[in-house]
Amino acid sequence: MKSASILMIIGSALLLGLFIFPLWSITLEAPQYPSGIGMNIHLDGLVGKEKHDLQNIDGLNHYIGMSKLPKPNEMWEFSVFPMVVGGMALFGILLGFLGLLKGISPKWFLGWLILMVILGVLGMYDFNAWMVDYGTNLDPKAIMKMTDANGNPLSYKPPLFGTRHILNFVAHSYPHTGAYMMGFGMFLTFIAYWLGNKKMKTVKA
Amino acid sequence: MNKLSKYVLAIAVSAFLVNCGNNNNTKNSSAMTSSKAEKVYVAPGEHDEYYGFMSGGYSGNITVYGIPSGRMLKEIPVFSQFPTSGYGYSEETKPMLNTSFGFVPWGDSHHPDISQTNGELDGRWIFINENNTPRIARVSLATFETEEIIEIPNSAGNHASSFITENTEYIVAGTRFAVPNPQKDMPINEMKGKFKGPLSFVSIADNGRLNLDFQLNMPGFNYDLSHPGRGKSHGWFFFTSYNTEEANTLLEVNASQNDKDFIAAINWKKIVEYVKNGGGTKVDGKYAHNIYDEKTHTATSTIKEGVISVDPRDVEGSVFYIPIPKSPHGCDVDPTGQYIVGSGKLSTDLSVYDFDKIQTAIANKDYEGDAYGIPILSYENTLAGVVQQPGLGPLHTEFDGKGNAYTTFFISSEVVKWKLGTWEILDRQPTFYSVGHLMIPGGNSRKPFGKYLIAMNKITKDRYLPTGPELEHSAQLYDISGDKMELLLDFPTHGEPHYAAGIRADIIKEKSKKYYELAENEHPYVAKSEADAKVTRNGNEVHINMTMIRSHFAPDNIEGIKVGDKVYFHLTNLEQDFDVPHGFSMIGANTSEILVMPGQTKTIVWEPKREGVWPFYCTDFCSALHQEMQGYIRVSGKNSNTPLKYTLDE
Repeated sequence: MKSASILMIIGSALLLGLFIFPLWSITLEAPQYPSGIGMNIHLDGLVGKEKHDLQNIDGLNHYIGMSKLPKPNEMWEFSVFPMVVGGMALFGILLGFLGLLKGISPKWFLGWLILMVILGVLGMYDFNAWMVDYGTNLDPKAIMKMTDANGNPLSYKPPLFGTRHILNFVAHSYPHTGAYMMGFGMFLTFIAYWLGNKKMKTVKA
Repeated sequence: MNKLSKYVLAIAVSAFLVNCGNNNNTKNSSAMTSSKAEKVYVAPGEHDEYYGFMSGGYSGNITVYGIPSGRMLKEIPVFSQFPTSGYGYSEETKPMLNTSFGFVPWGDSHHPDISQTNGELDGRWIFINENNTPRIARVSLATFETEEIIEIPNSAGNHASSFITENTEYIVAGTRFAVPNPQKDMPINEMKGKFKGPLSFVSIADNGRLNLDFQLNMPGFNYDLSHPGRGKSHGWFFFTSYNTEEANTLLEVNASQNDKDFIAAINWKKIVEYVKNGGGTKVDGKYAHNIYDEKTHTATSTIKEGVISVDPRDVEGSVFYIPIPKSPHGCDVDPTGQYIVGSGKLSTDLSVYDFDKIQTAIANKDYEGDAYGIPILSYENTLAGVVQQPGLGPLHTEFDGKGNAYTTFFISSEVVKWKLGTWEILDRQPTFYSVGHLMIPGGNSRKPFGKYLIAMNKITKDRYLPTGPELEHSAQLYDISGDKMELLLDFPTHGEPHYAAGIRADIIKEKSKKYYELAENEHPYVAKSEADAKVTRNGNEVHINMTMIRSHFAPDNIEGIKVGDKVYFHLTNLEQDFDVPHGFSMIGANTSEILVMPGQTKTIVWEPKREGVWPFYCTDFCSALHQEMQGYIRVSGKNSNTPLKYTLDE
């Protein structure tokens, strides 16, 4: 049970990496942007890959009528997400210590993981909803109004995960370091549950 | 056609026939040609290995080339107005061309030299001299913009310039035309013994600031070229001089009479010490000192008075003359600092002097006499060796850092490779035609890069498609990595490159600035956002703080301007990305356009002369909606009362 609890502590502590490293990365490539232009999505806001990338993405997007990228105070997510992630990390660490000191059931670890997965899916859903709005809610006075073959307005929504051609750009949207740390941490908490569960059974037998 | 050229033609024709008659040779030479092409081919999107900075001569500027491709990358305006960017036309840069003679819109740029640390190129700045109205400029190699110009007073024909010492401590200016010092009204034919040849020493601070430290008031010979000592000879400077005859007319004959002229060897460290201790006298000398501030994007010109003058005879053991045959031109110091090569341009031999022997001769007071009280050292006892019969009309020498020297010969139109120490000739290659200077990247430092040599030719004739009587000059690129020089490429150069400086590209390319930070812009008329854009009137002066971003100006409709107003357009480019300039031009402006880099503010003046509604527009194709980047100004009569109004998207 000792090693399972330590894994639980480490696993949930890895969530704290999101306070340092970005969660997600969106990069745009085009011939006239040989080194790309893009942004990292952090828990508490957007940061350009290069110093002025956000401003330059806004500059490009104004042609097609997309709204400006949100500032931290313009989206509730950027203040709530840090509290959720921080809270879950502390809760997980607490569970780990309880496992270490009081020998609570490893089912608590599984419970934490299920809660974390639910929150993660909700987060992704919310993120995708924002991107749909960002990519389709266009200024009616847009300089360029592009339509598809059926005459419907083009969507400029970046992919949630993967690569997509958007006009002259190729957009890449992938998890960044913070997300990988979180994923690995969640995997560790599952191992913690599995290991703890196995030990419990051994003890009982 | 004279007889000689007929013979030359006959030989050339027969050589051509012999070559054509030999099929095997043709095959070989085409294989050779393809390997030469590969050596200069820089694939699309790839970068050259070296930067080459060529003086523009009478263009007054510096042109930047990629080596080995020979592609021209940029023209940096320095001493001449440049309507392409508005340099010298914009209010911010007009002060750069101010002199004690007033605004001088043109210059004759000559010898670029890149800053050094411990005798190696460090790529911070490039300096260049102006010959006609004596000046020295400092150009940043981060922005490729001219940042400072200092005028040299009491001087005339600043040719022996702008060479720097091995830690960028000092940069020198010479005087190619002996002149009265101080200037005065006197008969020309009384020049002998009365004219002077002041040599100026300008110190360079760590931030690049130039300061005219002192002038060495030398006898009135014509000081032509110079180079600093390096390594063991660091602390010395060597200047060639001609017209030691002190002739004042028909110099081509009368200045060619003396069997020997002089190299002046100057222990500048000793004189610096002397001046620091209060030596020298303050004499008259009015000069402009122009500084461009990267934060305000604005230059200021200050007129300064007075300069410390040092009589070379007052500083014991600091200045000596060394005899050199026949009106020398180039004066070049090898990478070790041991050898000083003097090119007597009317001589058939090259004289090479040994720094150690010069020191011994000085210690032994081994003098042949004196010139106006300056000791003349023994020619024989300072000589290291003579390169015998290398060619006709030697001008300049550069080094490859492997013990070889390369000298240009103007009259025989060739580059000759010879060995330091043994003085034997190793190779010779023709140039097309009549080479002046040559450049090996780093060839004027302790560590030459020794891979390429560029010959800068004075005569072009038939090298390219004809373009009427006036032709660009021609340069040739040679591969010097092997035993023999190999001609790789011909390329035209702009203006007349008198010299060039080359540097490995990686030393500067990462430091090259991409745009200016808008947040750091301290221009007094900056508009950092469209909300800051405004128009203000002060009497008949109107200041328009206008912004530019893809793809509009703010404001773009202005009313209330009157005939007779002086309208200042202060344009700020709000972009913060690499290579997104915007231009601005106003119909009927008696200036130029201005090209504004991201984060920068530039000002151009317009004095409307006629009533009406007049457009302005962006001159740089900035975006898909560049053609829409325009605006109107309503100009009303002198005494009208149209209210001042400025709008965007009203």
